Amino acid sequence: MSPTKDRNLILAFESSCDETSVAVIEDGHKILSNIVATQIKSHQRFGGVVPEVASRHHIEEVTLCIKDALSEAAVTYADLDAVAVTYGPGLVGALLIGVTAAKTVAFAHDLPLIPVNHMAGHIYAARYVEPIEFPAMALLVSGGHTELVYMPAENEFEIIGETRDDAAGEAYDKVGRVMGVNYPAGKTVDEWAHQGHDSFKFPRAMEKDDNFDFSFSGLKSAFINTTHHADQIGETLNKQDLSASFQQAVVDVLAEKTQRALSDYPVKQLILAGGVAANLGLRERLEQDLQHNPTTHLVKAPLNLCGDNAAMIGAFAYVAYKHGVFADATLNADPSLEFDWLANSVK
Amino acid sequence: MKILAIESSNRPLSVAVLEDQTVLAAVTVTVHQKHAEYLLPEIERLMGMAGMQPSDLDRVVVAAGPGSYTGIRLAVTTAKTLAATLDIDLVAVSSLATLAANVPVEGALVAPMFDARNQNVFAGLYRIKQGQPVSEIADAHTSVADFLSEVKEYGEPIWFLGDAGHFAESIQTTVSAATPQVSPWLNLPQAATIGLLGATMTPVADVDHFVPNYLRLTQAEADWRAKNPGRDAESYVEKI
Ligand SMILES: [Zn+2]
Repeated sequence: MSPTKDRNLILAFESSCDETSVAVIEDGHKILSNIVATQIKSHQRFGGVVPEVASRHHIEEVTLCIKDALSEAAVTYADLDAVAVTYGPGLVGALLIGVTAAKTVAFAHDLPLIPVNHMAGHIYAARYVEPIEFPAMALLVSGGHTELVYMPAENEFEIIGETRDDAAGEAYDKVGRVMGVNYPAGKTVDEWAHQGHDSFKFPRAMEKDDNFDFSFSGLKSAFINTTHHADQIGETLNKQDLSASFQQAVVDVLAEKTQRALSDYPVKQLILAGGVAANLGLRERLEQDLQHNPTTHLVKAPLNLCGDNAAMIGAFAYVAYKHGVFADATLNADPSLEFDWLANSVK
Repeated sequence: MKILAIESSNRPLSVAVLEDQTVLAAVTVTVHQKHAEYLLPEIERLMGMAGMQPSDLDRVVVAAGPGSYTGIRLAVTTAKTLAATLDIDLVAVSSLATLAANVPVEGALVAPMFDARNQNVFAGLYRIKQGQPVSEIADAHTSVADFLSEVKEYGEPIWFLGDAGHFAESIQTTVSAATPQVSPWLNLPQAATIGLLGATMTPVADVDHFVPNYLRLTQAEADWRAKNPGRDAESYVEKI
């Protein structure tokens, strides 16, 4: 940073699944630009993300996104302090496009390269609401992940619980498909849930178990069995009630485990993040649950930053930058990258 | 003109740095498996040896396919990002032509082949004219049998390169004309060769929209197009 320069600027890349995104972030909390090229319409043709198709779209979009991000932010390469990129977890071929482009830009302009864990990025979407205070807890829910992450201090992430089978978002897509809703089904199921009632009383898996892990496969099977049985006897079930019952079961399990985690780990903030954090049912439930909690304050990732985007990557990259976490030109994609488990947690 | 040339279409990884028609540094490696980890460090190392900064570059030449999808995307992403971010020329060469250019015999017919599994190949036929490979049969994804019966019609000796060894028997029984004995060296792509070829070629007009030459749709896309004729021109990616 030059002595006259009073702001930190990071060019951040994200390409772990079906969004190509490049952002310019100032001081880790101000979005100067956040370009997102989404492929959802393409994968809807196939009913879900096809990895090779995703990789082909990323390479079509990546340099256009860089140009748009710089011009919208009204900055040049000379103004930048670093380049950051998601290197995992995600689809390996998709990750590689962002990693390769980011490495190349860093090399071409002699900038440091910051490797970012995609899930840390999701958590740091909350940084655009308010500064993160430690210790903090994050409930991370997305199409690929459902986990409780304890953050004792800045740049420290420890998993205390995770899903043992399907991720919550995955379960939404599967029950959506059964009801004839195209991927991604989360938004429609959420809407229907608000118009129906929990009349089916699906099982709440592991709600009472003595750990912080989640499971959604039993719920998914119960849902499928119920609808198959109705099909066989020629009965039509109310989609709103089915959705409400499914969502209530998901939200109950997530909220119950989160409450238990909060009582074992007193934290200043509970951060709700990840693609499923856009679910209004889940947002409302956690708001209610934490309304009267005198010590823990709920921070929900902004609705427009719950899905994958490079702004969230840039927010965490600023933390990594301050901590001197850099990668060299050998950086590779790590599709199964994950946080460490908390040393003393039950696993 | 300062040129960087890169090739990672298949197992070999090849990088070269040139100034006009002079090769300053070149490397071709077949032992690496993780091209993503080695490509940029090799570029850095060779440019360092040549005393070159990224900002010195005038042109990037890339072997843009066909080949392994991941391999060609790695080379093309690196090349197009460099060209876009430094605002310099991008030149694309066929990965099969890259191999054909290894044959230094004027007038020779060359058939580079990449094994695409299940008795299929990415292959093309080239004739060497004034030291450069000129396409006779366009690069395609095809069955070995179809490709061999097509090249057989020429009734001339043909240099089979690349993964041709995987199909030695078929080549021997199908193609009657003598096939020259090939040194294993000629089966390896040389980035220096495309650097030399690319120095005088016309650069890509639109770097941002440049993509690898896969020569094959994904299965999902092919199935979808068969069911939805005439809808493949629509745009399926949108800025939000
Ligand atoms: Zn995500």
